[in-house]
Amino acid sequence: MSRPLRKLLDKAGMAVCVLLLVSPALLFFLWMLSLSLKFEIDNGAYPPILIPDRFAWKNYTTIFEGNSFLLYFWNSLIVTGAATLFALVVGVPAGYGIARMKAHKSAVVIMIARMTPGLSFLIPLFLLFQWLGLLGTLWPQIIIHLVVTVPIVIWIMIGYFETTPMELEEAAMVDGATRWQIFAKVALPIAKPGIVVAFILSVIFSWNNFVFGIVLASRETRTLPVAVYNMLSFEQVSWGPLAAAALVVTLPVLILTVAAQRQIVAGLTAGAVKGG
Amino acid sequence: MSILTSSDRVAGAASVGRTKRLRPSYWPFVVPALIVVIGVIVFPWVFTLWMSAMEWRIGEEQRFVGLQNYARLFTDVRFLEAMLHTVVYTALSVLAPLVLGTAAALAFNTKLPARGLLRGIFVMPMMATPVAIALVWTMMFHPQLGVLNYLLSLVGIGPLQWVYHPSTVILSLVLVETWQWTPLVMLIVLGGLAALPTEPYESAQIDGATAWQRFRYLTLPMIKPFLMVAVIIRTIDALKSFDILYTITQGGPGTASETINLYLYSVAFTYYDIGYGSAIAVVFFVLIIMLSLILLYLRQRSAWNTGDGQ
Repeated sequence: MSRPLRKLLDKAGMAVCVLLLVSPALLFFLWMLSLSLKFEIDNGAYPPILIPDRFAWKNYTTIFEGNSFLLYFWNSLIVTGAATLFALVVGVPAGYGIARMKAHKSAVVIMIARMTPGLSFLIPLFLLFQWLGLLGTLWPQIIIHLVVTVPIVIWIMIGYFETTPMELEEAAMVDGATRWQIFAKVALPIAKPGIVVAFILSVIFSWNNFVFGIVLASRETRTLPVAVYNMLSFEQVSWGPLAAAALVVTLPVLILTVAAQRQIVAGLTAGAVKGG
Repeated sequence: MSILTSSDRVAGAASVGRTKRLRPSYWPFVVPALIVVIGVIVFPWVFTLWMSAMEWRIGEEQRFVGLQNYARLFTDVRFLEAMLHTVVYTALSVLAPLVLGTAAALAFNTKLPARGLLRGIFVMPMMATPVAIALVWTMMFHPQLGVLNYLLSLVGIGPLQWVYHPSTVILSLVLVETWQWTPLVMLIVLGGLAALPTEPYESAQIDGATAWQRFRYLTLPMIKPFLMVAVIIRTIDALKSFDILYTITQGGPGTASETINLYLYSVAFTYYDIGYGSAIAVVFFVLIIMLSLILLYLRQRSAWNTGDGQ
């Protein structure tokens, strides 16, 4: 066989391999999109239809009409935003402190926290929130999401600050800068990529969290994953709007994943964290 | 808490002796996070332990019962069955992604056009909102209208009952878990492949080793530590799995797919038996930590073994 032909065949074989690898994910999300854009008749058709003759755009408008979906979207935004911001405020300095003190053993607590099932945090905190009279507000969810976001941020930031060079900081120290000045002016700017990774992962895992919401959320304080789940269980909803709602909930995350795949991969393989 | 403070003190004491000026105390940086960690992570652990020794139902008087809740676990058939389901589910949910993820990593480890985009698509399942994808899987599993039975009928199999029959429900859920988490295994193994030296492969090429031999005797031993990391993470996550199971089956049909985590949820938040639920949480917690330690120990050993062998 001639060399160019062989090379071409190799390339083609590789392409088929890769296509095979990506297809479970690709086909699934395509099917999700297809379900969300079909009328009930087409969704019940046999054999199934991938691309319908007419698109049911109304599936998307109905979910925003009847189900306080905008309120739930807003709730999700508040809970994820607050829990992530707070985690960054306390977690980035903590990661810096732990890395500089070389107190690696303290990271064990963070690791065990990651191993602990979310439900075992839920029972005591649920009782605490009940006792404090916070149920019915968004506070319980914001606070309990810290269980997810704070360990992610600390974990990633420890790893990041350990790799940043000490020379600049030592030079600043010789010049008489205080610890906080060094942190704010020298260490923090260098750590920006690490902060971005921590931010993205914290946002995704908080946004996706479901288990805290089903226990702590009332009718007005549901986050999106809980709202979508409730659509399934309590209302006679047809597949189209349900798939549309599911897609709307996860779309921000999917866009973030494709746009920031480099940072996500870096963060996941560095600490291999997962929330919840 | 004790781990945190004692180790910090050790580190602090050591630095004071050596370079006090160059390594000042960084405690103020850590304190805010420490308070949060104590409040939302350590306090729940301790409180759960305390509750597990109580007869505690919401709206009723609490009383101390010692280890009675733990003793109850041994005779609770539903708990023991949940334990079995958890073991089966976890074992399969570690094994399948491990094999497929390693294969995927080998394919992805070559220079490809649009590698970034492909990788982005590939990792989408594990980043997508679990509840959302679980809803779509539920529709796909539908025995009459689901697309999966249609696809099977094309190759002359089926129809299957998927999550609607006790004999296939756990396997069906493992399928979802595998679909979701194979990318993570791939990412970890890919990290291992990137660090491989090229020399052994060159000499293997000269010796005329086949692709399989190169994989079996070169790649596999060298990426073993990474595979162990994948096994550890996968084990922890599969044990903790909740969203997918709860959304698709809620432990059903009957209790055929009820894992410890789902049972824990029912006891605590459906029956509001807080004391017993806490005991299950403690046992579950200890189980996960013990398994992790065993796996970490094995990983340490495998790392040494490959180190000695080279």
